[in-house]
Amino acid sequence: MKFGVVVFPGSNCDRDVAYVTRDLLQQPTRMVWHESTDISDLDVVVIPGGFSYGDYLRCGAIARFSPIMRSVVEHARQGKFVLGICNGFQILTEVGLLPGTLVRNRDLHFICARVPVKVERTDLPWTQAYVTGQIITLPIAHGEGRYYASLDILKQLEDHNQVLFRYEAPNLNGSTNSIAGICNQQGNVFGMMPHPERASDPMLGSTDGMGLFKGLLEGVGAIA
Amino acid sequence: MLRKYQARIYVTLRPSVLDPAGTAVQSGLQHMGYETVEQVRIGKYVELVLSAADEDKAREQVDRICDRLLANPVIENYRFDLTESVDTGVAR
Repeated sequence: MKFGVVVFPGSNCDRDVAYVTRDLLQQPTRMVWHESTDISDLDVVVIPGGFSYGDYLRCGAIARFSPIMRSVVEHARQGKFVLGICNGFQILTEVGLLPGTLVRNRDLHFICARVPVKVERTDLPWTQAYVTGQIITLPIAHGEGRYYASLDILKQLEDHNQVLFRYEAPNLNGSTNSIAGICNQQGNVFGMMPHPERASDPMLGSTDGMGLFKGLLEGVGAIA
Repeated sequence: MLRKYQARIYVTLRPSVLDPAGTAVQSGLQHMGYETVEQVRIGKYVELVLSAADEDKAREQVDRICDRLLANPVIENYRFDLTESVDTGVAR
C-alpha cells in the first residue's frame, strides 16, 4: 500500500506520519510537495498536522487552494483513501471533503494533552483494528479543534454513523457532540483532531494510534 | 479603462456560533466597570484594493473573494463597502 504525505509550508507532523508508514510499517511512502499535482500512484493520501500558511485567515483556508488539493479531491472522488490529521482535518473541511469546520477551543487555550477517545464504529478500514466502544488514548495538540456544524449537518453525521471517534468526558475543546473524528458518507475520507502518528511507536509511551494505520493496511478494497 | 476600488470587508461570526474570545473580552470589560456592556462579538476586518471595469464588476469580484476565501460560510457572514479609490501611496 503506497502512502503519500502532503507537505505545505508550515506542516510539521509530515515526517512523523512518514516515520510510521515507512519505518514502522515498511510501506512505500513519499512526501508530496503542495505544488505538485500527480498523485495517481498513491493509495492513501495523508494531510498532516501543523500550521499550513501560518494558519493565517483561518486554519486550512489558504492551503485548501494549493494545487495539490485539486488532486486530493479527485483522489477522494475515485474512492481512494484520504486521511486528515489535525491541521489536515481543518483543510479537509475547508476544501469541502468533510462537512462542518473546526473553530477556536471553547476555553481559548491551546490544548496539548493525552485524551480518552471512544471508537464509535469499526466496520471501516480506519477503525477495524479496534473494538466498537473501545476507549483509546490519543494525543491532541490544537488551539482550533472544536468541531462545529449546523444542527442539520450534525443530524446527517449521526444518522449516517459518520462519527468514528468521540472524546470521552471531559470534552476538553468543547466540540459539538464531542466529535473528534468524522468520515464522509462513503467512508474513504477521514479527518480527526487527535494525532495517531504520535501514538504509534512504543518508545513514545503508547501505540493506541497504530491500529488506525494497521487497519488501513488490511482494508484495501473494503470500501464499496 | 480599469478603475481602482477599495473594499472594506467585515467578516462576522454567525449569531448561532459561540464566540469564546468575545465572551472573554466582554467579561474583561465588565471587570473594568463597564457593566452596561451586554455583548461582544469579534470578527475580522479586511481592506482590499482591486481594479475593475466598473463598480458592478468590482462588487461581483469582491463578493466571490469573500465567499471563496475570506469567510467560511459554515460559521461566518460577510458584508463590504466599496469606494472608488485614488492611489494615496499608503505603505502596504
